[in-house]
Amino acid sequence: MFEAIMNGLGGLTAGVANLHWSNPVMIAIGCLFLFLGIKKDVEPLLLVPIGFGAILTNIPLAGLMEEHGFLRVIYDMGVSNELFPLLIFIGIGAMTDFSPLLENPKIFLLGAAGQFGIFLTIGLALLCGFNQLDAVAIGVIGACDGPTAIYVSSKYAPHLLGAVSVAAYSYMSLVPILQPPLMKMMTTEKERQINMSELSTTTPASKTTKIVFPIVVTIFGGLIAPMGLPLLATIMLGNLMKESGAVSRLAKASENEIANVVTLFLGISIGATMEGRAFLKADTLMVLAFGFVAICLDTICGVGFGKLMNIATGGKINPLIGAAGISAYPMAARVVQKEGLKYNRFNFLLMHAVGANTGGQVGSVMAAAIMLSVLKGMGVIP
Amino acid sequence: MDNFTFGMTLLVVGMGGTLVALGILALLMGLLKKIFPLKEESSN
Repeated sequence: MFEAIMNGLGGLTAGVANLHWSNPVMIAIGCLFLFLGIKKDVEPLLLVPIGFGAILTNIPLAGLMEEHGFLRVIYDMGVSNELFPLLIFIGIGAMTDFSPLLENPKIFLLGAAGQFGIFLTIGLALLCGFNQLDAVAIGVIGACDGPTAIYVSSKYAPHLLGAVSVAAYSYMSLVPILQPPLMKMMTTEKERQINMSELSTTTPASKTTKIVFPIVVTIFGGLIAPMGLPLLATIMLGNLMKESGAVSRLAKASENEIANVVTLFLGISIGATMEGRAFLKADTLMVLAFGFVAICLDTICGVGFGKLMNIATGGKINPLIGAAGISAYPMAARVVQKEGLKYNRFNFLLMHAVGANTGGQVGSVMAAAIMLSVLKGMGVIP
Repeated sequence: MDNFTFGMTLLVVGMGGTLVALGILALLMGLLKKIFPLKEESSN
């Protein structure tokens, strides 16, 4: 009888007895994410489920990430097979208006320049001793695009998924703090004052052009970078549904119900990968540091390319819009507009910056697609 | 493949490929706007 009582009490204290020092630390980090999401409004749609998932997975003996555990079931359902990021992309496509980009297609090039940080960071990660696929997953944080980072990381470096996802979404939310000092550092006051609202070279795109655009991007992108076709195709499918107007119910479902449900599942699954013993390592800190470097390099290269375009067009491009050539939409465009107004209160860079920003969205996906195809060509991935 | 070759290949082919691909897309978009101009569509 006494032994049975003691065994019963042992069952109640087993959770505490099996706590590793890293578990309370990760539970505290999970609580911090909840605080940031709920009280500070920092990416709440992601940080709340990620934070809660991190808390759950760090409670010993619950077995939520073991076979048949409910977090493992969700993880296997859509993260390990890269389904969730792709479903989110359909929603992003349905939410994105590419009109400002189509009005001035030259700005597409800024969306390419904003991805240079990906490739430069891969080189830096290799120099610091990461293996090739880990370096690729780390570099993709520079896409400033959560779903792309999750897609590549879950496919080729699943052990880094938690760190890469947290880095990608954290730095995206920090764009308004990270970018302005770099934009100022890279430009002269005269360049920042360039007024682009007087540009008359842009012409609006017709509805037919907007419908054909996603089809052309999918076929062209798929032909040159077939390994990344799922990424390109899903974002373009969402956009085609939106622009065609023929399937508005599907477009609305993609940008609302589907995106919301998948965001919840994706967030909680990512949190579930943040088990203390696996997460609290020097590698995680290095991933966070490289993510920071990647986004800074994106901004520097984007503004640098904006300067080149300014020279090439005889001073008609304000280089600040180059900072919007990343995928953090529409945050990066708003930052450019705000910075531009600081130096010329009659300057309205917003639509040009939104064009560069949507170019950055396509650019980040295209960069990842091209990178995967190059890796396949080199025989690094099957 | 050693890391230097790997990194340089990705840098040159990946970065260059992205720039060229988006450059071609920009040209295609310009072409699309010529094929399907707004004016003609509005008059229909």
